[in-house]
Amino acid sequence: MDKIKQLERESKRKNTIWMICIFALLIIWAIIVLFPFYWMILSSIKSYAAYNSEYIPKFFTLNPTLENYVLAFTSVPLAKYFLNTIIFTVITTLIMVVVVILSAFAFSRLEFKGKNLVFTIFLSLMMIPNELVIITNFVTITNAGLRNSFAGLILPSITSIFYIYLLKENFEQIPDELYKAAKVDGTSDFKYLWKVMIPICKPTIVTVLILKVIECWNSYVWPRLITDDENYYLLSNGIQTIRESGFGRENIPAMMAAVVVISVPLIILFLIFHKKIMEGVSRGGTKG
Amino acid sequence: MKIVLDHLTKQFISRHNKNEIVTAVNDFSFEIPDGKLIGLLGPSGCGKSTTLNLICGLEQATEGKIYFGDLDVTNLPPENRGVGMVFQNYALYPHLTVRENIVFPLENFKGENRLSRQEMDDKALEVAKLVQIDQLMERRPSELSGGQQQRVAIARALVKTPGVLLLDEPLSNLDARLRLQTREQIRRIQKETGITTIFVTHDQEEAMSISDYIVLMKDGLMQQMGKPQEVYDNPDNLFVAKFLGTPAINVFEGKVVDHKLYIGEDYVMDKDIDDQEVYVGVRPEGFIPSKDGKLICKYDRMETTGRDTSVICHNDYCISDEDIRTIIDDDDPIENDNGIIRFNLKPHKTYIFSKEDEKVL
Amino acid sequence: MNNKNNLKGWLYLLPALIFIGVFMVYPLIDVLIYSFEESYNFASQTYEGVGLYNYSYVLHDTYFLQALKNTFILVIITVPLSTGIALLISLALNSIDKLKDLFQTIFFLPYVTNTLAVGLVFMILFKKTAYSDGLVNLLLNTVGLSSIDFIEGPYWAKMFVLCFYTIWIVLPFKILILTSALASVNKDYYNVARIDGTSKFRMFYKITLPMISPSLFYLIITGFIGAFKAYSDVVALFGIDLNAAGMNTIVGYVYDMLYGNSGGYPSFASAAALILFAIVLTITVINLLVSRKNVHYQ
Repeated sequence: MDKIKQLERESKRKNTIWMICIFALLIIWAIIVLFPFYWMILSSIKSYAAYNSEYIPKFFTLNPTLENYVLAFTSVPLAKYFLNTIIFTVITTLIMVVVVILSAFAFSRLEFKGKNLVFTIFLSLMMIPNELVIITNFVTITNAGLRNSFAGLILPSITSIFYIYLLKENFEQIPDELYKAAKVDGTSDFKYLWKVMIPICKPTIVTVLILKVIECWNSYVWPRLITDDENYYLLSNGIQTIRESGFGRENIPAMMAAVVVISVPLIILFLIFHKKIMEGVSRGGTKG
Repeated sequence: MKIVLDHLTKQFISRHNKNEIVTAVNDFSFEIPDGKLIGLLGPSGCGKSTTLNLICGLEQATEGKIYFGDLDVTNLPPENRGVGMVFQNYALYPHLTVRENIVFPLENFKGENRLSRQEMDDKALEVAKLVQIDQLMERRPSELSGGQQQRVAIARALVKTPGVLLLDEPLSNLDARLRLQTREQIRRIQKETGITTIFVTHDQEEAMSISDYIVLMKDGLMQQMGKPQEVYDNPDNLFVAKFLGTPAINVFEGKVVDHKLYIGEDYVMDKDIDDQEVYVGVRPEGFIPSKDGKLICKYDRMETTGRDTSVICHNDYCISDEDIRTIIDDDDPIENDNGIIRFNLKPHKTYIFSKEDEKVL
Repeated sequence: MNNKNNLKGWLYLLPALIFIGVFMVYPLIDVLIYSFEESYNFASQTYEGVGLYNYSYVLHDTYFLQALKNTFILVIITVPLSTGIALLISLALNSIDKLKDLFQTIFFLPYVTNTLAVGLVFMILFKKTAYSDGLVNLLLNTVGLSSIDFIEGPYWAKMFVLCFYTIWIVLPFKILILTSALASVNKDYYNVARIDGTSKFRMFYKITLPMISPSLFYLIITGFIGAFKAYSDVVALFGIDLNAAGMNTIVGYVYDMLYGNSGGYPSFASAAALILFAIVLTITVINLLVSRKNVHYQ
């Protein structure tokens, strides 16, 4: 009898200790993840003088100020970067989605000679790293005189074989009978695509859109290569310029204000769509 | 090993509504004699799987006690209870071979209980022979048929010679023919090993055919326990009567007036019961077609399936189904008089239930 | 199948073909050609010969060798560490019920942030300046260690920050993949194992690990590829002039050869990019060979 009581106690104790360890781990990592966000917001609302006078940084501030945000928008063309990024993101994403839908439709529904060959080539191109093709693209765009233009920024950024693949798989799940029925009713291919396939596959298309928006919003390498005129800088390049010049002097609160402004749109997008984004990414987004 | 459940209750908070408490198992008490095969039977959601989980220790009882022999195991973690369990989907480790699967529990033994590699392999082979899969030891589960997987799962549960063997819907993933074979196998294995075995099923025929005892459950409450045939012949309540037997029992609305039992206007037999409204249950085999039969029904059709001859007919007071289904002797004369057929009822196949609490009268 | 159908199919495919042809297939061929054209002049677009000189130059360039070394160190440290931490966190996530969604959402946050922007925050946390040693140094001071300049100081301090930030950035993806892999393991395996008295460690080693091995393997492969291509997080921490900071990576070297103060050498850039590609390909093939033995596909 005593032995059993002891066993019971032991198993209960083990369980509690285990749960404490688990939550400790999760909370520690949550702090590591969240702390930089907290710190950037905190620093962005400290005044320049207050920030620089704190040898030991304070974890809170009693005199929040918005002056850094004003400075971020006035002393560097942050609004311009913003606008550029929005233009770049919207146009790239829209063209991408049209191209992706058309080709996914061709691959999944139409029969034509050479289809399988082209698809195989597409799939093998997925393994080619961007770094390999960016060199020639740089030369191509430069020679075409498209440096410092939206066309130069956008055109090479459109290609997204992975999304073609993702959507094609989704299109193929729509039963054949629907297509046949539409054909019997005399529906054209294009109308079928527009009226049937796109509405049915809307969740996947939205996922693709969101992933592409994230990708565009954060893109850095290509814009950096292809623009050296501030009028065409995107946010990533803007932030890098701010980092190098530091608002003339090391004005970290103003920098942090700019960082907050840049980060907020995506974080809001994420908070609204977090289920969708996480599901989409686990189906095949990659980063890192 | 004898198993005793003593006022066992399991409650948990509903997943759909946080304020609602679900009672999966409600004040359960019964005793399972050593070395018997028990069928835990009930419709889905009646709490039979929860009961099984309580016995093996995967879930903790809210109230009540569980004894294995004289040992109180209520709060013991599963690994210390010495039970073997076979899951509905078998839960065979897909990346391990049959032999590795069977040996797995033995490899968990620690200290002085630890067996040598040779002893483990010998034991694995021994149980594999018992369940007749010793030819398949090096295969992966995905290379086996459903019935074979099932037997591997049983072998894995038996290898550590548990005091109790628990089977959760062991046959539900098999096709009809395999089900018959496998249930005979389970019966044989249980007899050979003599391990007290509890198995959960929603299939009354399965439970009736191999169990020493059956326990019927509904909505977390135990309805009746006993030897299969006894329960079938003497149901305690309407639910038990309806749940056991195929075709199912026919239920009529009836009343007792002056110790006479009426179905509708038809006076069918005498019953020594106080006057009241009742349900009348008649087993399909309880009907005798007769020219001067007391129960008058509308004749519909005859069906012959194998050795059974059934007459399907209607009666306005039948509430169990639209059709009354009867099984009659071939040589009973069928009197079909302008679409009317008359029956006498066999008293020992006719049960009267109170309309109030549906208990047998 | 008639001609009209053929035409229609190609028509739908045309936009994609144009973009992929111009910006992927052509560059792929072109980069190979570039890498063999010696003394290519960007302005006049002429070259003097064909040969392996570009490769030889790159492989003897101290900046490239430094970049190679940095990249390898980064890969060797961050791939196993990030995968291990992600596994640990996913296991923890998987064993709780309450707050699971909240933690998952928080952990995924770095995925949607701008690498450059948040890199700046990390830089500030680690940087030692005239008026403050930075928060991390203050933490070090409280445990009795002296301050280090993580951004412009000793090599290993810089490498530490880089690895830390890289792991911070790549972890969300890995946690997400592993959490869903763990969640898809049938609970009955664990129930059966528990009844059989299997220890937690053995359950992990004998059941969990084999069951999630395909996902784990996928993460290791993509992790290697991603880490070899590290660049923007490095820029975020150490600025554009990575050679001066001694923290350049192979990809950084490629871009520097292409553009910027040291730029204008697409041939060298191409050779370096192809060397990188060869390295990544080799590692991936090795991974695939190793996995054949250890990954259990169902």
